Amino acid sequence: MSHRLGTGGRLIDRARPMDFTFNGKTMRGYAGDTLAAALLGAGQVLVGRSFKYHRPRGIMASGAEEPNALVGLGEGQRYEPNQRVTTTELFPGLKASSQNHWPSLEFDVGAINAKLWRFFPAGFYYKTFIAPRPFWKHLYEPIIRRSAGLGRAPDAETHDADRYEQIYAFCDVLVAGGGIAGLKAAREAADAGKRVILVEQTAHFGGRAVVDGLEVEGQGAEAWVAAQLAALSSMPGVTVLSRTMVSGVYDHGYALAYQRIADHTPGAEKPRHRLWRIRAGQIVSATGAIERPLSFAGNDLPGVMLASAVRDYVVNWAVSPGKSVAVVTNNDDAYRTALALHAVGIKVPAVIDARREATGDLPARVRAAGIRVIEDAAIRHVEGGKAVTGVALCRFNSDGGAVIETLSCDALAMSGGWSPVVHLWSHCGGKLLWNEAGAFFRPDPARPPLGADGKGFVTCVGAANGELGNEGEAPMLPVWLMPAQASYDLRAKAWLDPQNDVKVSDVQLAAQEGYASVEHTKRYTTLGMATDQGKLSNINGLAILSDALGQPIPQTGTTTFRPPYTPISLGAIAGEARGGIFQPLRKTPIYDWHAARGAHWEPVGYWRRPYCYPKAGETHAQAVSREINQTRKAVGILDASTLGKLVVKGPDAGRFLDMLYTNVMSTLKVGKCRYGLMCNENGFLSDDGVVARLSEDTWLCHTTSGGADRIHAWMEDWLQCEWWDWKVHVVNLTEQFAQIAVVGPKARALLEKLGGDMDLSAAAFPFMDWKEGHLGDIPARIFRISFSGELSYEVAVPAGQGLALWERLMEAGAEFGVAPYGTEALHVMRAEKGFIMIGDETDGTVIPQDLGLGWAISKKKADFLGKRGMEREAMVSADRWQLVGLETLDGSVLPDGALAPLPGKNDNGQQETQGRVTSTYFSPTLGKGIAMGLLHKGPARMGEVVQFQNASGGTVAARVVDPCFYDKAGEKQNV
Amino acid sequence: MSEAVSALAGARGSGLVELADAGVTGMITLRGDLPLLGGALESVLGLGLPGQRQVVTGQRGQVLWMSPDELLIVLPYAEAPGVAAALSAALGDAFATVAVVSDARALITVTGAQARDVLAKLMPVDFADFPVASVRRTRAAQVAAALWRESETEWKLVCFRSVASYVFEALATVAQPGGEVGLYR
Repeated sequence: MSHRLGTGGRLIDRARPMDFTFNGKTMRGYAGDTLAAALLGAGQVLVGRSFKYHRPRGIMASGAEEPNALVGLGEGQRYEPNQRVTTTELFPGLKASSQNHWPSLEFDVGAINAKLWRFFPAGFYYKTFIAPRPFWKHLYEPIIRRSAGLGRAPDAETHDADRYEQIYAFCDVLVAGGGIAGLKAAREAADAGKRVILVEQTAHFGGRAVVDGLEVEGQGAEAWVAAQLAALSSMPGVTVLSRTMVSGVYDHGYALAYQRIADHTPGAEKPRHRLWRIRAGQIVSATGAIERPLSFAGNDLPGVMLASAVRDYVVNWAVSPGKSVAVVTNNDDAYRTALALHAVGIKVPAVIDARREATGDLPARVRAAGIRVIEDAAIRHVEGGKAVTGVALCRFNSDGGAVIETLSCDALAMSGGWSPVVHLWSHCGGKLLWNEAGAFFRPDPARPPLGADGKGFVTCVGAANGELGNEGEAPMLPVWLMPAQASYDLRAKAWLDPQNDVKVSDVQLAAQEGYASVEHTKRYTTLGMATDQGKLSNINGLAILSDALGQPIPQTGTTTFRPPYTPISLGAIAGEARGGIFQPLRKTPIYDWHAARGAHWEPVGYWRRPYCYPKAGETHAQAVSREINQTRKAVGILDASTLGKLVVKGPDAGRFLDMLYTNVMSTLKVGKCRYGLMCNENGFLSDDGVVARLSEDTWLCHTTSGGADRIHAWMEDWLQCEWWDWKVHVVNLTEQFAQIAVVGPKARALLEKLGGDMDLSAAAFPFMDWKEGHLGDIPARIFRISFSGELSYEVAVPAGQGLALWERLMEAGAEFGVAPYGTEALHVMRAEKGFIMIGDETDGTVIPQDLGLGWAISKKKADFLGKRGMEREAMVSADRWQLVGLETLDGSVLPDGALAPLPGKNDNGQQETQGRVTSTYFSPTLGKGIAMGLLHKGPARMGEVVQFQNASGGTVAARVVDPCFYDKAGEKQNV
Repeated sequence: MSEAVSALAGARGSGLVELADAGVTGMITLRGDLPLLGGALESVLGLGLPGQRQVVTGQRGQVLWMSPDELLIVLPYAEAPGVAAALSAALGDAFATVAVVSDARALITVTGAQARDVLAKLMPVDFADFPVASVRRTRAAQVAAALWRESETEWKLVCFRSVASYVFEALATVAQPGGEVGLYR
C-alpha cells in the first residue's frame, strides 16, 4: 500500500500539514504536495474508474501525462470536473471527488462491463448502433450521450467565482520548459542580450535532473538550477514564469501560455488564470520527454506506475507507492527507480528486464545494492483486483504460456523507454523522424515549422530533441507487447490507453477490419482521445498498429498534434470578457436618461436603443401605441444618435458618391438633403439614408445605425484599393453628434420655443433642407427630413450636449404633450408610410427595383456600384418578388416572415411559395394590422387576395394594397 | 448655458494604476499630405509635424501622428472649433480635411508604475518599445483605441465615446489588486 516515508521529500514542508477530503473522507498531506502525492501518501491507491469498463484506476504518472487520476475538484461556484491530481497543488481544505462510478468508487455497478469485455470490442458503438437508421437519433444517441464524458459538468446555475485575464507579451526567445535544457537555452539567449520569456509548467524548475540527482557543468543539478534562476531573474528583459505552460504554438511565432496563478490558493484576491498571448521571434521547446508504459496483461491495475513517476514520488514528496515495489523495464533508466526505492528502505523484489542481458552501469549498481535482476523476462500478468498483489513472470520471447516465477509485491514500476514531447514542434507543422535506437519520434531539424521569412521558428533542445540517455547506459530494447508473442487472452487485458479503455487487442482488431490510417484507428478505437490525448498511449498504440499492418512505425506515422498541450480553462480563454464587459455595449449620450426612465432595450449592433418607454402598468404594445399616437397627434422625440454620419470631402467627393449611390449626389445643392440607396456590385441593396451637401466639396452621408462602420469600411475599401488616385477623404463622425428626431405636428412649435438663431418657418426652412446655427445656446445642425410622414426635424448637436438638448425638449415639450418614442414606434410609423427598412425589406438578395425604388436609380449615370449587377437576366425578369402592402381581411396582424404558399413542391421537395411578409405591425393609427411583403409580380396584383401561413398551420387571407397606408399625398410632412 | 459633458462624467478608479476621466477635451482630426498639414499646424498652433508614431507637445496643445495621412490635435475643448476654422482657412483650397471630433471621443488617463502591465492586458502592444511622446493606434480589448505616453508613468487612452464605459470598466477590471504581473520592470 502506498504511504508517506518518515523522512525526506525535497518539495514538502512537514511543518505545514494540510487537511483535504477525497470523496468526503478527510486526509492529510503537506505543503508542497500535489494532490496525487497527498493521496498516495494517505494510502489512497484507487482514485477513479475507467471510461468504458469502469475498471478501477490508480495514479500512473506524476505530471501532465496522467491518464487516470482525474477528479471533480472544489464545489459550487468553484467546482471543476476532470482535474488531474498530478498537476493539482494541494491546499488546505481541498475537496476532491472521484468520477465515473456508481454508486461508489469501491463498488461500481458499471464494472460489470468488465466481465462482458468480449462484447465491447473496438468500434462497438459503430457496429451496434448503426441500424435501424432512425433509432440513432431518437434512441441510441441520447443514451450514449448520457453515459458519455468522464466528469460531471458544473451545475448550469452556478457562475465561476474567479476572475481571469490575458496579457500580450513580446520577446525574442520564448523558452517552453524549465528543466536543464530550457534553463541553458534561456541563459544563452539572455547572455546574448535577447528578450527572453522562460516558462515552466510546474511550480518548480529543474525537470528530471534535480530528481535524479544528476550533475550539470560539474555542479549538483539542484544548486546549478538555483544559480541559473537567480541569474536570469536579475537580468533585464528576462521574464521567468512558473506554473505556466505553453499550450499552443501558432503561425508566425505566436504562442499561448497558460499561467495558473491562484489554482493553489483558491479564494485569493487574484486572477485564477492568466493567458499569455506571446509574439516570439524564436520558440525553444525544452519540453522534455514522457516515459512510456509497457503493454502487459493487467497493466491498468492501481499500483502499476511509470518508473520515473515512482522516483518523483519518493524523492520529491517522500511517498512510496508500496511496501514492496517491483520494477519492469526495457532500458537502464528504470534502474534509477530501484536505487531510489532502495535508498529509502523500500523493498525491491526484483528488476525484471526484457533484454537478454542487463550490463550497464546502473544495473551493476542495482546488483551491488543486493537487488535481484531477472533478465530476458516479462510480466505475464499482474495479480490483484483493485490493487497489485503480485506479478507472474514469463520469458520475454514467449506467448506467456509458461509462468517462470511469481513475485509478491504491492506496486509495480514500469518503463518502456522515453518519447520526446514534440507537441510544440508539431503544432505548426514541424515534421518528425523515427529514431530506431531509442524507438521514438524526434524533431527533424531539416523540416521545422516555418515563419513568414520561410525559416524555422521553433527549435527543440534537450530531451525534447531526442537527446535521451546518459553515458554508460546500455541500449534499450523496443518492447511493444509483453511477452513478445502474448496470447489473445493476455493481449485483451493489456491496456494501451487506460483512460479510454483501449487494449492491444482492440487496435489489432481495427487493423484486421481494414483500418490502415492511424487517424481513423484513433477515432474507431478511441485510442488517444479525450483529456490526455494519448500522451502515454499513442506511440505504443501506433507500434501495435504498425505491427498488425506489417509496416514500419514511421510509415504509420503519428496522429496530429493539436493545441492545447493539456486542457486550459474556458475562463482563461474568455479573459476579462464576462459580465458587463462580455462585449462592448455602445451607449448614446442620452443612454442614462433612457435607462432611468425604464426603457425597454433593443440591441442594434453593439448599441442599445430604447424599444419603447413603458409606463407603470403598460405593456410594451400599449407603450408603442401610445408613443405613436402622441407623436402623430402632438410631438414625439427619438434618440437617433446611432445613425451613421460619414463626412465625405474632397475634389472628387461628388464623383465618388455618384459611384456609391444609385442616384446622383453630385448635383445636390449646398443646403439640401437627398435620400439615397447604396448597392453592392451585385446590385443588391446594401444601405440607405439621407445625404446632405455641407459645402462645395463636402457631403454628409447618413447610414443605417447598424451600417455605419460597414459603410465606412466599404468607402475606404474603394478609395484605398480601387480609386486610390481619387482625392476624397472619409471621416466617420457618427459619435461626434447626438441626433434627436423631433417629430409631429407640434415639432416646429417645440423647436421654436427653444429659441436660437435659425428661422424654422415653413417658408424659410422647407422639407429636405438643412440649416446650421443654434438652438438656444447649443450649436446645432437641423435636417428637415421625415421617416414617419409627419412634420419632422433631425437635430444634430455635439454629443456632449445631446442630453442637455434632450432634456430641454422634454421640458419645453410638456405643454405640447411631448413623448419620447423608441425604435418600435419608429418602425411602425415608417411602415405606415410604406418606407422600407434595410434588413427587413432587404436580405441581401433584393434589388431596389423590387422595392419600387426605381425612381432612386439614375438612368443617366454611366456607372455606379451595382449598375451592371442589376442588369443581369434574373434581375430584370418580370418574375421577381416585389414589394406590396398587405391588409388582412380580418384586420389581424400577419406573422412576421410568413410565406404565401402555392400548391405543389419544388425540386427539393419543399412547398412552392409566391411571397413572404417582410414587415408586419399593428397600426394604432389605422386601428388594424398592416404589413409589407415581397410578392411574385406583386404591384400588378393590387386588390387580389392572397393566403399567408399563420402560426397555427392554417392560412390567413390578405389583400394586396399599396405599401403606403398613411397620408399618401405627403401633406402632413410638408407643412 | 449648456456645458458639454464627457461620456465618463468624471469617473475615477484606483487599483494597480490610477484611472481618471480626462474630462472634455478638444480634438481635431486632420487628413491630408503630412507636409501640407504641417504647414498649417505651424502657422496656426506653432506646432511641428510629428514623426511616425510620435507626439509633439507645445504651448497650445499636442499633435499626434495617426497614419501616413492623418494627424490628431489635442487641445482645450473650447478652443477646438476656432482652431479648426483657422486650420481650414490656412489650408484653403488644398486637398485636406479638418474635423472637430472632441465629442466623438473619451479620454482616459492611466497613471502608475504598473501602467504598462495593466495596459498590456487589453492592448496588443509591445511596451518595451514605447518611449515617452510616442503614440500607438491599436485596440483596447474589443474596441479601437489610441494610446500615448505623457511621461514615465502617465498614459492617455482615447476611444470612441459610446464605448467609454466599456473601456473604463475593462481597465478597472484588469487593474484590480492581485493582478500584478511584473512583465515591465
